[in-house]
Amino acid sequence: MNLLQDNFPTFLQGFGYTLLSSVIALVGSMILGTGFAIMQIVPQKWARKIGNVYVQVFRNIPLLIITFFFFLVVSKYIKMSGFTSGTVALMLYTSAFIAETVRAGILSVDSGQMEGARANGLSFAQAMQHIVLPQAFRISLPSLGNQFINLVKNSSILAFVGGLDLMYQGNMVAANTFDTFSTYIIVAIFYLVITLPLSYYMQHLERKLKHAA
Amino acid sequence: MSMIEFKNVEKYYGDFHALKHVNLKIDEGETVVLIGPSGSGKSTLIRTINGLEEIQEGQLLVNGFDLHDPKTDMNRMRKNVGMVFQHFNLYDNKTTLENVMLAPRLVLKRDEAENKKIAMELLEKVGLADKAANMPSELSGGQKQRAAIARSLAMRPKALLFDEPTSALDPEMVGDVLDVMRDIAKDSSMTMLVVTHEMSFAKAVADRVIFMADGEVLEDSTTREFFEKPKEVRAQKFLSQVEHH
Repeated sequence: MNLLQDNFPTFLQGFGYTLLSSVIALVGSMILGTGFAIMQIVPQKWARKIGNVYVQVFRNIPLLIITFFFFLVVSKYIKMSGFTSGTVALMLYTSAFIAETVRAGILSVDSGQMEGARANGLSFAQAMQHIVLPQAFRISLPSLGNQFINLVKNSSILAFVGGLDLMYQGNMVAANTFDTFSTYIIVAIFYLVITLPLSYYMQHLERKLKHAA
Repeated sequence: MSMIEFKNVEKYYGDFHALKHVNLKIDEGETVVLIGPSGSGKSTLIRTINGLEEIQEGQLLVNGFDLHDPKTDMNRMRKNVGMVFQHFNLYDNKTTLENVMLAPRLVLKRDEAENKKIAMELLEKVGLADKAANMPSELSGGQKQRAAIARSLAMRPKALLFDEPTSALDPEMVGDVLDVMRDIAKDSSMTMLVVTHEMSFAKAVADRVIFMADGEVLEDSTTREFFEKPKEVRAQKFLSQVEHH
């Protein structure tokens, strides 16, 4: 308890950075992932190819390597902090998984929905936005929830590039106090403060949307 | 003036020749019923008319739009051509009312109050005013199809295509849907093309009957001619089969 009291501002700062990185990466990866999911199902072959290459690249390389790539290589040309490198890497990495999840969701929406919308006069984009994607998200909700929770936990790679996040601050506290056990217990609890409400919220959303359908 | 015109149209699915040398003309305001055995290409034909299926050869003119021209703006063409499907294809994530209001709002930018007024009038007309707030999953098959018809009508189309609108319905639901379609056919400015197996509907409503088999248009006659003395042997055989049921 003393450990928590003495280092509370440090933990809190780490918690804040973890939360900030997670929120940015989550919003960004949802937008990117949805975009690349749609690219993979449009009739244009070149778009499908690009979408597919993107997903394969970012899904099949370890997150840590993507993070180091931004921190060590890209940052030579575009100035960015460890926090930024890690968050961007996390966003790209997660977006590849979200693209796959959303793509599967889109494909499981009955094709009559798109046909009905097009025959009704809607453009492809309007049909996607108003009819197909809302249903695809609902179908993919359980696996999107998993992706979000993974994202929060994966944000701990920020610690490897001086990202000032929860894991990084935990490492600092552990090194200073030599009380590794208690420190990482506290760090774990802080992660749970984010991930548990998140997973309950996703479950709640699932139940709510099930009734709406 | 012709609303829909096929000129030497060919359609293939890979090696399969789905539409063979189709020549066809449907005038503005006409009600035409398209019949034929299953697999004859009726659905394929009707789906080419609003661009849900592409044609490979020939010319297809719909309301002045050339559908085989890659430069044709399909979205603009579809504003005037509605379609009603066998499996309704209502928007599952929208209420009945929203199903009817969505396209006019997005595509025609119709004023919201007016849009709602028109939508409610249409739901009234098809007997679904009390289902406006319900989701499609809460409607029966016949109600779904009537909602889908209201959705098409809300765009104020010049032509309406019906692709086996009653084939997926329980028998007791068919009558209500046909009644609504009969009402629409009375509107002399509306062009209607209906793929159906409902011979009594064809007899009562159609100006003309087109008979297809194996991807070909075999007969194109007035309704009376067709039912009294069909010219084609296959049409005769088809009629005797369906009328025995």
